Amino acid sequence: MTQMTFARAINAGLRKSLENDPKVVLLGEDIGTLGGVFRVTDGLQKDFGTHRVVDTPLAESAIVGTAVGLAYRGYRPVVEIQFDGFVYPAFDQIVSQVAKIHYRTRGAVKMPITIRIPFGGGIGSPEHHSESPEAYFTHTSGLRVVTVADPQDAYTVIQQAISCDDPVLYFEPKRRYHDKGEVDEALDPAAAEPMGRARVLATGTDVTLVAYGPLVKTALDAASAAADEGISIEVIDLRSLAPVDYDTVVASVRRTGHLVITHEAGQSGGLGAEVAASITERCFYYLEAPPVRVTGFDIPYPYSKLEMHHLPGLDRILDGVDRALGRPNSLSGLEG
Amino acid sequence: MSTDQTGQGGSTASTSARYPHGQGRDLVQLVTPSGERVSHPEFDYWVRDITDEQLCSLYEDMTVIRRIDVEATALQRQGELGLWPPLLGQEAAQIGSGRALRSDDFVFSSYRENGVAYCRGVDLTDLVRVWRGNASSGWDPYTVNMATPQIIIGAQTLHATGYAMGIQNDGADSVAVTYFGDGATSEGDVNEAMVFAASFQVPVVFFCTNNHWAISEPVRLQSHIQLADRAAGFGIPSLRVDGNDVLAVMAATRVALDRARRGGGPTFIEAVSYRMGPHTTADDPTRYRDANELEDWAAKDPISRIAALLDRKGLLTEELQQQVKDKADAVAHEMRTGCTTMPDPEPLDVFKHVYSTPNSWLDRQQDHYARYLASFGDPAGAVSEEGAR
Repeated sequence: MTQMTFARAINAGLRKSLENDPKVVLLGEDIGTLGGVFRVTDGLQKDFGTHRVVDTPLAESAIVGTAVGLAYRGYRPVVEIQFDGFVYPAFDQIVSQVAKIHYRTRGAVKMPITIRIPFGGGIGSPEHHSESPEAYFTHTSGLRVVTVADPQDAYTVIQQAISCDDPVLYFEPKRRYHDKGEVDEALDPAAAEPMGRARVLATGTDVTLVAYGPLVKTALDAASAAADEGISIEVIDLRSLAPVDYDTVVASVRRTGHLVITHEAGQSGGLGAEVAASITERCFYYLEAPPVRVTGFDIPYPYSKLEMHHLPGLDRILDGVDRALGRPNSLSGLEG
Repeated sequence: MSTDQTGQGGSTASTSARYPHGQGRDLVQLVTPSGERVSHPEFDYWVRDITDEQLCSLYEDMTVIRRIDVEATALQRQGELGLWPPLLGQEAAQIGSGRALRSDDFVFSSYRENGVAYCRGVDLTDLVRVWRGNASSGWDPYTVNMATPQIIIGAQTLHATGYAMGIQNDGADSVAVTYFGDGATSEGDVNEAMVFAASFQVPVVFFCTNNHWAISEPVRLQSHIQLADRAAGFGIPSLRVDGNDVLAVMAATRVALDRARRGGGPTFIEAVSYRMGPHTTADDPTRYRDANELEDWAAKDPISRIAALLDRKGLLTEELQQQVKDKADAVAHEMRTGCTTMPDPEPLDVFKHVYSTPNSWLDRQQDHYARYLASFGDPAGAVSEEGAR
């Protein structure tokens, strides 16, 4: 076991993949000499060469579109989109090409492309640097969308994503890049928890609290705080956003009878809505109250002085827990 | 003469106003519209090996794909195909380039390159499978080294460039060739593809068929300069060739392929041709296009041109013409039969191949829909009988 930061853990996972499979190639802006703006690819070009770790011109559609061509030729490209808000120029290549070529060719052509996207806010950045665009991609069939919440999982899941024959969007919670954790580099990704499965990180009996990516830590902190008040929260790290491992959530909600979902992305059409609807369909007779969403607002990502109002924090999550449990809360007395 | 040389159809006067750099360079031409073989100091070399027999074969190919096009259009009119994008007038561009390729080269084309697909050996039934709505693709790309046709304009140019990056990594001497139209040159992807191709000097050929119309939009709306001249801005050498001259197209394609194989990087080819038919069978070009323009281009018909060349050489015998007609009829018949006897897909096929590994959401939806279908007792008939409930 080694102590390392989240960013270093992804770097170690990328290194393992580059070592294990000569068909793995990395593409992106500034990922070579600089090692990426977050240093996630630090040192990889030096060790694997400019043909394995490719500094590309500044063109997101081309980064993804050329990855498609490389995949056609049997490569397993791993592309870096520098920031969440820069993924939109590549949107067509992701949703119309990467996602659909396996279906289009009736299984003849595989698209084992991993698209790494640092996402989410909380780092005081300007516009386009703090977004949570995951719902655009969870809505697109053919893509797998995953995110990670601690260094060990980051290390394992990046390798699982790269070895997956389906395209995977790998969302990296950028405000956790510098968090440290224990990483067992000897852990075989094939033997580890599959990337499609949710994890119960804290067991509880009163409320199921579902989170992913950057908010998992916040959710765990909320559970600790709630425990001091005698409320027992079960925290689920969703990990896979498409598909969601509903069986794990269903099993939990059938025990707790209450569901709170939290994410940084805006509420409308967000993943929380999907989880709430699916769990309501499958657990209606077990739910003692409607599912509650604690999310970002339906606004453009705000300027940094106000971003902490937009981002669900520990107290807003606890307020959501109170709403789910029918305890006094900020909306008490409000009809509907 | 000037219209023949520039290939700009019947609008020479307005064209020069729209291309402020004048008519630009001359088109590479080896055969005139009247079938005269004209020598070219540079390009003759690249088709010096073409025998009379091969000329006859090119004539046959062009005739066959025109026949395929006519048959598919008829199939659409008869309700057997939902849609068809005719290539009428572009036979030389497709056959001249398609026959220049090696089997280990890899093609990424748009939806109109059915002539190229024919050259690659695509099964005739597979040519119409998509347009019948029977599947999302006709063929396995790896069996013919040609990706399934791209519908999003220009998206395939990036795939070709990426594939060429792979060729370069592999140290191979094959080439990725991408086909697109004049309209596509306005798309970001085509421009990004040229940036990447030039930057990495990868073996890719950008084959732009300037057929003058992107549905109703004329090429002058896409570009203020000749399309071939755009490549220079990316540092990519370009060729501007008479797209209705099969020999010239073949020569230009061979130049580009040779450069790519020898590590010389990308080449942009503008094949100046004309889409004599509609954009697709759903289109009505009489709404946006002058009949005189079509007439001008009909005089430069690519098949008439090679026929005239063969005639001058005494090769266009009645026997050859009959033989070619028989071949074209046989191919068309085979395609028609393949089309009309194609079995319908099964309802649950919609769930196939979305992912190559299991997906719990989709497995559940498939399971639920299978149960729904089974509730009718006859899964195949369930949907069509729904109206009778």
